[in-house]
This record gives sequence, C-alpha cells and structure tokens, in this order.
Amino acid sequence: MTQTHQHEVVIVGAGGAGLMAALYASRSADTAVLSKLYPTRSHTGAAQGGIGAALANLEPDKVEWHSFDTVKGSDYLGDQDAIDYMCAQAPEVVYELEHMGLPFSRNPDGTIAQRRFGGHTNNETKQPVLRSCYAADRTGHMILQTLYQNCIKNKVHFYDEFHVLDLLMKDGVANGVVAVELATGELHVFHAKSVVFATGGHGRIWELTSNAYAYTGDGVAITLRRGLPAQDLEFFQFHPTGILKLGILITEGVRGEGGILVNGKGERFMERYAPTVKDLASRDVVSRSIYLEIRDGNGINGDRYVHLDMRPEVVNKYAELDGRTLPDGSPYRVTGEQLLSKVPDIVDFCRTYLGIDPIKEPMPIQPTAHYAMGGIPTNVHGQALSDAQGTIVPGLFAAGEVACVSVHGANRLGTNSLLDLVVFGKEAGKKAAEHAKSSDYKPLEANPTDFTRQQLDRILNNTGGEKIVHVAEEMKTKMMDDVGVFRTADGMASAIEKMRELRERYKNISIDDHGKRFNTDLLNAWELGCLLDVALATAVSAHARPESRGAHAREDFPNRNDAEWLKHTMTWLDGDQVRLDYKPVTITKYEPKERVY
Amino acid sequence: MLVYLKIYRYNPEAGRNVPSFDTYNIEAEPTDRVLDLLEHIKGEIDGTISFRRSCAHGVCGSDAMRINGRNLLACKALVKDVGNEITVEPILGLPVLKDMIVDMEPFFDSYKSIMPFLVNEDVPADGKERRQSPEQRERFDDTTKCILCAACTTSCPVFWADDQYVGPAAMVNAHRFIFDSRDQAADKRLEILADHGGAFRCRTAFNCTEACPREIHVTQAIAEVKNAITSGGVEY
Repeated sequence: MTQTHQHEVVIVGAGGAGLMAALYASRSADTAVLSKLYPTRSHTGAAQGGIGAALANLEPDKVEWHSFDTVKGSDYLGDQDAIDYMCAQAPEVVYELEHMGLPFSRNPDGTIAQRRFGGHTNNETKQPVLRSCYAADRTGHMILQTLYQNCIKNKVHFYDEFHVLDLLMKDGVANGVVAVELATGELHVFHAKSVVFATGGHGRIWELTSNAYAYTGDGVAITLRRGLPAQDLEFFQFHPTGILKLGILITEGVRGEGGILVNGKGERFMERYAPTVKDLASRDVVSRSIYLEIRDGNGINGDRYVHLDMRPEVVNKYAELDGRTLPDGSPYRVTGEQLLSKVPDIVDFCRTYLGIDPIKEPMPIQPTAHYAMGGIPTNVHGQALSDAQGTIVPGLFAAGEVACVSVHGANRLGTNSLLDLVVFGKEAGKKAAEHAKSSDYKPLEANPTDFTRQQLDRILNNTGGEKIVHVAEEMKTKMMDDVGVFRTADGMASAIEKMRELRERYKNISIDDHGKRFNTDLLNAWELGCLLDVALATAVSAHARPESRGAHAREDFPNRNDAEWLKHTMTWLDGDQVRLDYKPVTITKYEPKERVY
Repeated sequence: MLVYLKIYRYNPEAGRNVPSFDTYNIEAEPTDRVLDLLEHIKGEIDGTISFRRSCAHGVCGSDAMRINGRNLLACKALVKDVGNEITVEPILGLPVLKDMIVDMEPFFDSYKSIMPFLVNEDVPADGKERRQSPEQRERFDDTTKCILCAACTTSCPVFWADDQYVGPAAMVNAHRFIFDSRDQAADKRLEILADHGGAFRCRTAFNCTEACPREIHVTQAIAEVKNAITSGGVEY
C-alpha cells in the first residue's frame, strides 16, 4: 500500500547540506528530511581536513584572498558572484557552527585553530595561509554530528532509511518525491511545495574512489530522468592522496602540517610542478603531477604509486629548507606526538589498512576519485535551473555536492566543500521555506508512483542474468582508464560507447532478492542505473570539451582555451540521447589569466 | 588464502524464520576487509544477504557486526587480523530484522534521551567564536570521536539484560557535552543519568572499551560521568 504524506518542505539527503537546509527550513515551514541512510552515516562525516574561512586567527587573511584563490583554483570556470558570496559568508557560518556546539580544535588564545591547505594563499606573499578551520582530522564528522544534534534539539522530522527514487513534477513545477521505505519495501509519496535535493556525489562511477558506497549519483540521475539538465559533469576531482589500492582519503591537511610527496628516486617532485607552493598546489595539479611521475617511471619501485611522507624528521627538514615559520616568527618544527594529535584518524587508517605507522614510515598513495564539481545547476539561492538561460524550476532546490552553483568550477579547493554545503544548504533551506509559504500544494498526478514502479519491476521481474557487480566493474574500470585524470578523444569516445553498451546490458540485470524488507539487492541494482546514467552524461560532456581546464585534462588539447571554452556545459539525457548546451561563466573582477602555483 | 566464512541468516519474509548459518569457502587476500568478503558473496553468490554499509573505512558507523564473537566494524576487520575461519552475526541486544540488519531505533532513542546537543544561547557580542582553551577542548576530545555504530552498547551485558539502560554510547555522548566548558546543561544531563537507567547501571565490564572501533575510553568516560554525579557537578 502506498502511503501519501504531506510536508511543505521535503529535503532529500541528511548530510551537511540537507541538515543545514532542514535547520533553516523548519524554522518557518513544516519540514521533513528523507535519507536512505541514518543521518549520521552520511558522507559529510568522512571529510577530514577542515572548512575554509578567512578568520585570520593566526595570521593576516582576507575574504578577498579566499575568493581569488577559489576563482584561480576553479581554473576560472567558477561563477565569481557565487564565489564572492560563499567566501564572504564563510566566517559567519563557521562562527555559527561554533555557536551550535562544533568542537573545533583551538589555538592557545582559545580561538578556532586553522591550518594550511592546497591552493589557499596569502595573495601578497603568494605563500600558503592558515585558513582551514579544523577539528583534528574529523572536521566533517563534527559538522555532521553538530548539525544532526541541532536537528534533534529543534525536533526536525526525519524519515530515516527512506530511499528517494523519483522527483514528482506537475506542469514544470516540483511537487514531491517518491521514496521506498527500506524496512518494509513500501512506496511512499511525499507531496510537497518545495523539494530540496542534497543527495551528495557520484564517485562510485570510478574504480578507485574515496567515496562511500552510498555515493551513487541518485540526485543527478533522478533529475536527468525528469528532463532536467546537469551542469559541468566533466569536471570530477581526483584527490591526490588516496591510500594505495583502497582509495581511502588521506587529508591534504597532512601536507598542510608539513608532509611532502616523494617519488621513487626520493625526490620532492612537486618542486618542479609548483615552485612556489609545492606540495600545497591545488588538487588537479598535484594529481596530474603524480600521474606524470608514474608515467616517467618515477613511481615507488617503478610501480603506480608515490609516497606521502609525514615523518617528523622529514617534515622538519623540508620546513627548514622552505624557511617555514610559525605566526610568531619562530621556526616551524613538529614532533611525532604533535602530528598524531593533529591527524589521529590518518594514523589509524594507516595502521588498520596498511599495517604501517605514518609517523615512522611513508604512506603509499595514488590519486582517488573524490568530488563532483558538477551537478544540478542552481543559482546562489539554491534554486534549480532548467536551461542555459537560468530559468528557475519552481519548487526545486539543490545544495551540497549534488548541486553546481558553480563555486568550484573546474576544480574545487580543499575545505571549500564543507563551506559550500553549509552556506548553500542554509540558503536553500531558507528559500525553500519562503517558496513554500508563498505557494499552494500543486496537485499530484493521478498515479505518482508509476515511473518508480516501472523501474523497480523491470529489475524484479528480469531473468536476463546480468549481475550488478559485473556491469559495475566494467563501468568503473573503463571510466578510470578513459575518463580519469588524463583524457584523450579516442579514450573518451570508447568510454561513451562502453557506457551505451553497459546501459543496454543493464536492461538484463537480474537479482536474487525478490522480497520487500530491506531489499538492498534491488536498491543496489537501482543505484547502478543511476551511476550508468551519470557516467554516460559525464563521458559525453567530457568528450565535447577540447581543452584542458582544472580537473579535465586532455592529452590531445593540453591548453586552456578561454576564447572558445570559458563556459559551463549543460547536459540533458533523453533515453539514449545526450544533448549539450553551454552557458557563460559569470566574471566580475578576476579576468582569466595563466594559472601557476 | 582460503577463508571459511559462516554468515548468520534470518529473514521470516523468505521463510527463514529460525536463525541459521550459510557457509562459504572463498579465496581472499589477508588484507581484505570482512566487508569485502560480504560484498563479494552478495554480488557473486547470493544477493539476498543483507547488511548495512556505507563509507567502508570506519567512519560512518553503519556496519557494526559480531565477527568471531567480537563487535567490530566489518570495514575495519581485516582477514589477517580475524583469521581464516570467520563467523559473522548481527550485534546483540537489538531486534534482528533481517540477517545482519538490526532495529537501530531503541539505540537512537537512548542517544536522544541524554540531550545530545550543546545548550548555551549566549553568543559573544562580536558574533565570533566562544573562546575555549586547548586544555578545555582536550577534556572531552575522546568522546567527540563517537560514530554511533552501537558496537559498545551491544557488547554490554547490562544492556543485554536491561532494556531501560541507556547504554555506553548514550553515556559517551552525554560525556561529550557534560565536559564541554561551553555547555550549560551538565546538571540536567547528570540528573538524567543519575536515574534508574543511567550511569550506575554500568558494572565496569569494559566490554564497551574493547568494542569501540574508534578506541574511545568508554568505561573511563562513564566513570567520569559517575564521579560528576556523585560530586555534584563538573568544574571546567
């Protein structure tokens, strides 16, 4: 039996963006949060190194520098009005998180502790700046916990383990969602005035990823299937330092605390690629540098990885060579104990998964698929857009990794994802409530669950014999090989063909579990469908862009081409057909120039 | 290496209304996670096996299970550490719904009962952060690590026997606020925990400390809560 619920605002996803939206929307509107996971399982909790804000607690810093660094980091594809807004909001939202109870690490004077991070600089000296506000190396965990705690305090209404499978629309207006309740397998219709998608990313498209199993691109796939576009999908970030073979994230904070990257010859190779900030260049630059070292035979033992070294003697040696000082002017020196207290989880991961102590041995790392710069196009208010002209989809909002505002452009700076989800989660929540208060419930279509049932029944009744994992593995390998850190026209063309083939084979997916209760087999199959849709759209978007910009690095087009390609990609998926359009980047005060670190 | 894996099965909907085990002999690497083995079996052999998982590296708290009789996260338990004969069962003390999936609602209800949020409406006049010294921050650092996986609570013999007991995880989270110098509701939380289902139910079995995948000193945190109740409060 399908139950129908009515809430003015329905938020899909309970990570940082969803919870922040919930806190704000629930102040004035009847709000419900639907999440396929218990909220505290959300992937925001895996973020480690910090949230960027120019608090200047330890040394001079300015909002304008944060803005410029973000624009430069985006390889000039970020919209500068949105970036200015986010960076200007940053100090306020970090203080707000502290007021909510977030246990930031502290400086001796009691202020919020800050560390260096890739691409964040003092714009005058060009040197790395202490901008990342952190709670040890579990900043995302503390943000997620704090926001969830405040939702409990404010009695926010949750539907835990409700997996949203469809967006409902009437006459171009969003008016609800369809979700399956995991415990019963029953479908539920949620009739709403405003729907906020905060469903996270889709890193599970790639073979090696830092992303959770849950990161299957549900939000982007659902909106694509409803005829709405996705933006800038070709820009997907590979984080330089994933644990060898596992992809588990090792925070950039390790390099912020003085760790360095070393190749098989024992060289600190980032000196050659980014002479000024070296190991703290932005992520796209560092990941490419690692790939180039490996290609030149400079991996460790000639293998496909390099070392991240944070042994105190190594940190201190290079701090001395770099002339790094503390804010009081004294030389920067660390002990093993201090490093352990700064990044305890990293030490734990290394001990658990590698059997090594990173205070005594270097860590074997390789780039890992990490973050979607692209997603559902929105304006700065979190309102979803339906075309390149900026037409708003009434009633639909998106925030966090699933959204593309765009503040990250072609490459996101570390610490800006947590900032993005807090700033734009808040804004989307406010606007969703405003919209709900000024509009009526649009009537639901006659059979709102039809499209969902169709999708599920096709899987449940299939006897084609294709297995989820086999199709998934082929997708991941192909995307890693041909739509990864470096790309070519031929490689991407073959990836497009492969994704089309896999989407055909997906039609023959059959599963073992035909029950209703906690049918994770069925939902894994459904999620694979999302991944394949987003993978195809990503490969086509990437293939169509003959330039190198940020995370989209073409071997056949090594340069950025501002004259023709300083523009956002908009991608529609209509069955097997992918349609593209483009829209201009908003440039306010920073004219594009060459990007050097 | 060859691994002999026994997996607990229970699913009344599919006629498996008496718990039983399915067994598998599979090839594994010593560095494989138990979660990898479960994923392999679910993907290749039997898709009906059900368990929760998300981050797969020990930070989201989804996949606490009883592995060879001990509460572990399946994503942090490596074959080389648990041996080549592996028995996987659901955590104890919460109703089993299907295979390794248990009803987490009673667990989260206990968590919610201890006011798990900072109480302090005073904000500095300049709108900036409240000050807290590194030492004050250190005082509750350990208990901020909790990921609510329930490994501690479901390893506790008192919790198994007494469904009124809030359990170690709720106490850990109470500790996180009680010892936070910014908080103003320590008294209320201590009052809640002085009650029947609270801190004095703890019999210091230390199972919780051993079970915690985040290496939180759970028993010590509970002891500190007990002391605060007995001494009538906390000094920051």
